Amino acid sequence: MAGLEIISDQGYRIDGRRSSELRKVCARMGVFTQADGSAYIEQGNTKALATVYGPHEVRKGRGKIQHDRAVVNCQFSMATFSTGERKSRPKGDRRSQEMSMHLRQTFEAVIVTELFPRSQIDIYVQILQADGGNYCACVNAATLAVIDAGIPMKDYVCACTAGFIQDSPLLDISYVEESAGAPFLTVAMMPKSEQIVLLEMNSRLHADNMEKVLDLATQGCKDVFAVLDRHVRDHVSESHALMTAS
Amino acid sequence: MLKSKTFVKKTRKGGVLKVVREHYLRDDIWCGSAACGGCPQDRPVLEAEPEIDSTLCGFPHYLIPDTNVVLHQMDVLADSAIRNVIILQTVQQEVRHRSGTTYQRLRDQSNNADKHFYVFTNEHHRETYTEREQGESSNDYNDRVIRVATRWYNKHLQENRKDGDTPKVKVVLLTNDRENREKAQKEGLLAYTVHQYVKALKGNPELVDRLAQVDMGESTDSDIKNEATGRVLFPEHLPLSQLQTGIKSGRYLQGSFMASRENYLEANVLVHGDDSRSIFIQGHAHLNRAVNEDVVAIEMLPEDQWKCPSSMVLQDKDGDEETSEPDLGSPKGRSNAIPSGRVVGVIKRNWRPYCGVLQPSGIKEATRHLFMPAERKIPKIRIETRQAESLQGQRIVVSIDGWPRNSRYPKGHFVRKLGEVGDKDTENEVLLLEHDVPHQPFSQAVLNCLPSTPWGITKEDLACREDLRDIPICSVDPPGCTDIDDALHYVEKPNGNIEVGVHIADVTHFIRPNTALDQEAANRGNTVYLCDKRIDMVPELLSSNICSLRGKEERFAFSCIWEMTKDADIVSTRFCKSVICSKAALTYAEAQMMIDDKNRNDPVTVGLRGLNALAKILKKRRIDAGALTLASIEVRFHVDSETHDPIDLETKELRETNSMVEEFMLLANISVAKKILSDFPSCAMLRRHPQPPPSNYDILIKAGKSKGVDIETDTSKALAVSLDQATIPGHPYFNTLLRIISTRCMMQALYFCSGTLPESDYFHYGLATPIYTHFTSPIRRYSDIIVHRLLAVCINADKSYPDLLDKYKSQALCNNLNFRHKMAQYAGRASVELHTQLFFKNKVTEEEGFVLFVRKNAVQVLIPKFGFEGTIFLKSQDGRGEDSPFVFNEEESSQTAGEVKLRMFDRVVVQITVETSHIQHQKLRIRLVKPQVPGFTVPPVDTSNSAEPPVKKVKT
Ligand SMILES: [Zn+2]
Repeated sequence: MAGLEIISDQGYRIDGRRSSELRKVCARMGVFTQADGSAYIEQGNTKALATVYGPHEVRKGRGKIQHDRAVVNCQFSMATFSTGERKSRPKGDRRSQEMSMHLRQTFEAVIVTELFPRSQIDIYVQILQADGGNYCACVNAATLAVIDAGIPMKDYVCACTAGFIQDSPLLDISYVEESAGAPFLTVAMMPKSEQIVLLEMNSRLHADNMEKVLDLATQGCKDVFAVLDRHVRDHVSESHALMTAS
Repeated sequence: MLKSKTFVKKTRKGGVLKVVREHYLRDDIWCGSAACGGCPQDRPVLEAEPEIDSTLCGFPHYLIPDTNVVLHQMDVLADSAIRNVIILQTVQQEVRHRSGTTYQRLRDQSNNADKHFYVFTNEHHRETYTEREQGESSNDYNDRVIRVATRWYNKHLQENRKDGDTPKVKVVLLTNDRENREKAQKEGLLAYTVHQYVKALKGNPELVDRLAQVDMGESTDSDIKNEATGRVLFPEHLPLSQLQTGIKSGRYLQGSFMASRENYLEANVLVHGDDSRSIFIQGHAHLNRAVNEDVVAIEMLPEDQWKCPSSMVLQDKDGDEETSEPDLGSPKGRSNAIPSGRVVGVIKRNWRPYCGVLQPSGIKEATRHLFMPAERKIPKIRIETRQAESLQGQRIVVSIDGWPRNSRYPKGHFVRKLGEVGDKDTENEVLLLEHDVPHQPFSQAVLNCLPSTPWGITKEDLACREDLRDIPICSVDPPGCTDIDDALHYVEKPNGNIEVGVHIADVTHFIRPNTALDQEAANRGNTVYLCDKRIDMVPELLSSNICSLRGKEERFAFSCIWEMTKDADIVSTRFCKSVICSKAALTYAEAQMMIDDKNRNDPVTVGLRGLNALAKILKKRRIDAGALTLASIEVRFHVDSETHDPIDLETKELRETNSMVEEFMLLANISVAKKILSDFPSCAMLRRHPQPPPSNYDILIKAGKSKGVDIETDTSKALAVSLDQATIPGHPYFNTLLRIISTRCMMQALYFCSGTLPESDYFHYGLATPIYTHFTSPIRRYSDIIVHRLLAVCINADKSYPDLLDKYKSQALCNNLNFRHKMAQYAGRASVELHTQLFFKNKVTEEEGFVLFVRKNAVQVLIPKFGFEGTIFLKSQDGRGEDSPFVFNEEESSQTAGEVKLRMFDRVVVQITVETSHIQHQKLRIRLVKPQVPGFTVPPVDTSNSAEPPVKKVKT
């Protein structure tokens, strides 16, 4: 018998979502006080924590200093307990380095770095639990953390995956769906201007289907934006209330 | 956005892996009933006023069957009388898990609007989601889930009635599980067994016969006794979990059960994952109720209990309940014993509906009957029916339901009637069903994909195609061929070289990917040729008209054009979509006559001569490389134009022109294979033919040795050479017989997707070419359609589409094509057999034959004139054979009776008649005439029609 049925004839996925529905998103901003900015996000069972330090002066490697803008330093890591199998994950492994690089590219594109010449901004992201769409959770968490740190950005940057499984496009694919071996796109974009900041595809997808999948991912990013934006506004009004109260 | 925020986590532990999965519950899953005013649904599936006439449930109701009811009673559920059924997601998933075919049938029901089957996603519904309790078995849990959903439906329908006028609709739970039923009834639900429900239906008495006879008196306790004699007949089957651990630890082996066609008490199990390993199973207890094609777990017997195949031809004759076993021969020939085992459990049944006849029963009123399947590999099936009398002399379809330990035969139920035994249409239907050949008329959706007629070539068409209408193209085919898919041309070029073209019908211009027509063709896989009938892969308008490259008509083609030297060396190859106009559609004989006629010098004739000369060079080159020429006898029936009964038959004759066309088709296929592989290394559809394992040749080597001829089988080249040299003066047919035997040693050629195998496996053994594909017959083979599409993408003549480049889908398609191809061959052979029978009806014929194999109680004889093989039983079937004058010598495989010794390749004369004494199962009977054995052979009939049989020209 064929393996798992990723999407049923009735249009429900294994976890009960329809094809264009996101997983439940929970977010909290300002989880740490020491950092300049921090945020925690849950997208289904994928959980990520982001902290932001800076802008501050460049400490190590003065050679990196840019005279017209700030440098963005990103570090991605995965907690040892983040997957079903517990294993220690050295920080510098290839996959993590790649993720760090993608994150740096993404945030260099959205943070208004020209405002902080000769300085550095650090973004640390850790995956606490992995269940598909790790990169997206990292980007979304980092966005919230950067906002929390009060660093100006051109726009939010929201990320979402969309896959193409059993001849239909699926939004925000989970680990089970990822493991079905079908192609999927990871998209990070600025939702207001619909500018794509990063687009990654894990395997070959026929050009005929590309548009459908990309459209869905775009919609997903906008949905993520709606959720994040609400969280930010709630957080701001909450903090405002606290400040005025005290 | 999420509609529902509630979620529950499901945890599943396996080893040290902890899997946490989200499970969303929703409140936007509708009930699917038209009687409901509460759910905002567009097109409710279930009728508002379901009508069914029943003494038990005389009110409007929907049915909810449980998993076992769906699994076992699909024939009842599929009946048009059963409508308005709610299939729970829980049930559907379990069915999917347990039986792929039943799941597919269930899906067909849900897709059929007339049936009103609604799939309710109960596990994601906020109100019907049920959490598993601690310590609850999965069966109990599933039953509870089903009851919860049933209760919800009752309540929901009651609370949300549209208005006062609509009748109150209830739901009825169908379950054959007593405990579940009682619990349901206690909770105030309506619950019945399928049997109760079906028996209470008015106006559908025949539905009762379709009830599967499972879980009726079958229990798991070990002291089940035979109904008749009070004995347990079979060892217990181990539970699946135990089998899986056993397989993992290596104690048991998993494999496909392949029953022997010749001996119903023998089978082989092909071990999975090790293609060459086959384990022998013998005897009732060891076969242990496995049926052909089941996936079974077996345990090896200790070596001292290994058996050897009895080399006996044995058919299950008696209908008694005992498992009396004929003597299969004591395992004294220890050296011949082969690895043997016994079935300890069944992992997956692969039962399908079987065609056959009812065995006449002595008692008139009896309701229990034995059914004899047409396929000899399938055991007889015990069924219950009240219409036995009207089923006598009819071909019927029966399904197996189960095989309890106390029953000599599996139990089953009647599915439907096909028609009278011996009626040609019925018999054709039987053989199409038995070989799983899709043969329904094309659906309207498929016909809608056809181009409108009259069809013509437009300017736009010409603009994107090469115009080859002036080139002297012609086609050469067998007489009466209407689906002409290839044509050729030959033109000498000014530079002294030659341009040769192969033009193939451009079927993919008309069959576009993923249309209904395309899907139907992909499922059919190929055109099936029966003696009196052709089951087309694509509708006739395409196969015999628009795609067929008829003479003097303009047609679209996909052309493969070579520039060659006079020595048939290819200088360049190109492919293009073209428009051609064949100058003549010739038969092989006509083409041959034109070539031979010295006075003809028109361009077509000149072309044919040129092609013929090149073909000879190509053929020689191929043979030198080790290509095999194997033999099989093909016969052709002359059919009476009115009765359609066969009145005469001839063996097909091969002319030079046959071989000429074949050479260029091979060349085109190889050229195309190279091209598509270079452009699509991971998804080219190719055809491979593996080299057989050395043991396959044992029988051939032994056969050769018996006549003092050595056969080398190391390479195809060595085999080809030794076959060429294997001749015996005075025995002109010996060589052909050897070639027939070597054909049987071969492996099946297979389609595959290039990305799934290492390059060394692409090899085509029989043709001795490193790479091969099928390009030249897109009208009758779907593989060629895929190859055309790939090639069209290569030359930028067409777009690709996702499935074409997906190697998994492509391989899945290959698997279907391989299956259909094999079945088409079998169906073709069965059709010849059927016609042979009709031909010999009411006749006594004497003919020359040759002994092909010597068995313990029989010899198998090939009758070249009619191209069929028959069995002469030398001993009675129980193998005791005191009455037979023949003595079997296993060492030299011979049968001796006094002066007469029968060995392989011996010439005999046999008498052929149709045995009509057994009206249910007509078959050819073959009796020995010469050499004479007093008391055994039959006397020759009068000599008027026993003229010396023609000696066939042996081609080398
Ligand atoms: Zn409703």
